Amino acid sequence: MADTAIQTAPVKEKEPLFGKKERKLITDPLNDNNPITVQVLGICSALAVTTQVYPSLVISIAVIFVCAFANLAISLMRNYVPKQVRMIVQLVVIATLVTVVELVLKAFNYVVWKQLSVFIGLIITNCIIMGRLEAFAMANKPWRSFLDGVGNGLGYGAILIIVAVLRELFGKGTLFAGSPIEWAIIGPGALLDTNKAWLSWYANNNLMVLPAAALFVIGVLIWVQRAYNKKLVDVS
Amino acid sequence: MEAINIFIKSAFIENMVLAYFLGMCSYLAVSKTVKTAFGLGMAVIFVIGITIPINWVINEYLLSETGPFGVDLTFLRFILFIATIAAMVQLVEMVVEKFSPSLYNALGIFLPLITVNCAILGGSLFMVAREYNFGESVAYGLGSGFGWFLAVVAIAAIREKIKYSNVPPALRGLGMAFILTGLMGIAFMSLMGIDPAALMSAK
Repeated sequence: MADTAIQTAPVKEKEPLFGKKERKLITDPLNDNNPITVQVLGICSALAVTTQVYPSLVISIAVIFVCAFANLAISLMRNYVPKQVRMIVQLVVIATLVTVVELVLKAFNYVVWKQLSVFIGLIITNCIIMGRLEAFAMANKPWRSFLDGVGNGLGYGAILIIVAVLRELFGKGTLFAGSPIEWAIIGPGALLDTNKAWLSWYANNNLMVLPAAALFVIGVLIWVQRAYNKKLVDVS
Repeated sequence: MEAINIFIKSAFIENMVLAYFLGMCSYLAVSKTVKTAFGLGMAVIFVIGITIPINWVINEYLLSETGPFGVDLTFLRFILFIATIAAMVQLVEMVVEKFSPSLYNALGIFLPLITVNCAILGGSLFMVAREYNFGESVAYGLGSGFGWFLAVVAIAAIREKIKYSNVPPALRGLGMAFILTGLMGIAFMSLMGIDPAALMSAK
């Protein structure tokens, strides 16, 4: 919201399709302005699916899609929506996109749809989408808003996948379980120890499957990120 | 009986924040002081306790095939649920502004953000997925609201105390809040074995 004040008078200059600024819109959310670890938005809905990589991947793609196109749509109509009803408009746009995602997933991959059930619907209330609409799409041009949506979706998905890989690998010893390419990585009888015994002692760590583990993993991720990126450290 | 069971289950065992990570954004954002956590927690109990039964009625009588339109309208579920929630939040906002301006200022942006508090939409969607009846959905709404309230007040109290501890700089604030929440989640899991039916009959 504070960004609206910075907006200057429209300048008549040609904007490059993929200039430096545009590239920054994509790369910034991956580290310096990550939606989860820095903006603290959108932690809500999707963490519950991070016990496995495959559903997390599906959710990440859904979030990137919804975030990008919601940003685009809101940016296109930002000048026509009265300020008082903007929240309702935003929610309707997001809810419509999420319904599309849900129906597509239900049609093409029923098993995953069943597994994700409620969590697809919860993308609507994923704060990162609404947050970007408020903070960016309401004050910027369509193409840049679209890129911002893609970037934030990617930054969000990256954390989701990191958490899911750690949880599935140590909790179940597999990766991509339930998908067409299912890998058993560690533990007895797995990919890596066909003729080496040195990983067969590994017993699955059930703590990693518990909900609490996702919180620990994110806590540690934030710790690691801030240890390297000193300007993010909380001084309060 | 079933209702009490659902209340306890949704408040403690399947706690919105600790088991499903729903409502994490506002949970982390307002939990710096107990006072604001308390206020937002109350608002959440109210909104979730009202919207889940309302959404039950909408889902059962408006969207089902036996409803007034005679067609299966469940694909409109997301939009209608979120509209109900937005309307209720607007109402709460007006009430809080009128009766407690200091709380209204303290909550600031987070009051309208209850609309996008996942716990509330999540509650409605879980209510549909688990096929509760009306009484059960009232109990579920109150239970999960209470569970959220409990979690947010507890973490706020812990965070107020942990200010005096020597936490590594990079872990300070957000990182520590996550780890504390994880520990709280493990503590709440120990309530998993509770069987309300057995407790009642023991009396």
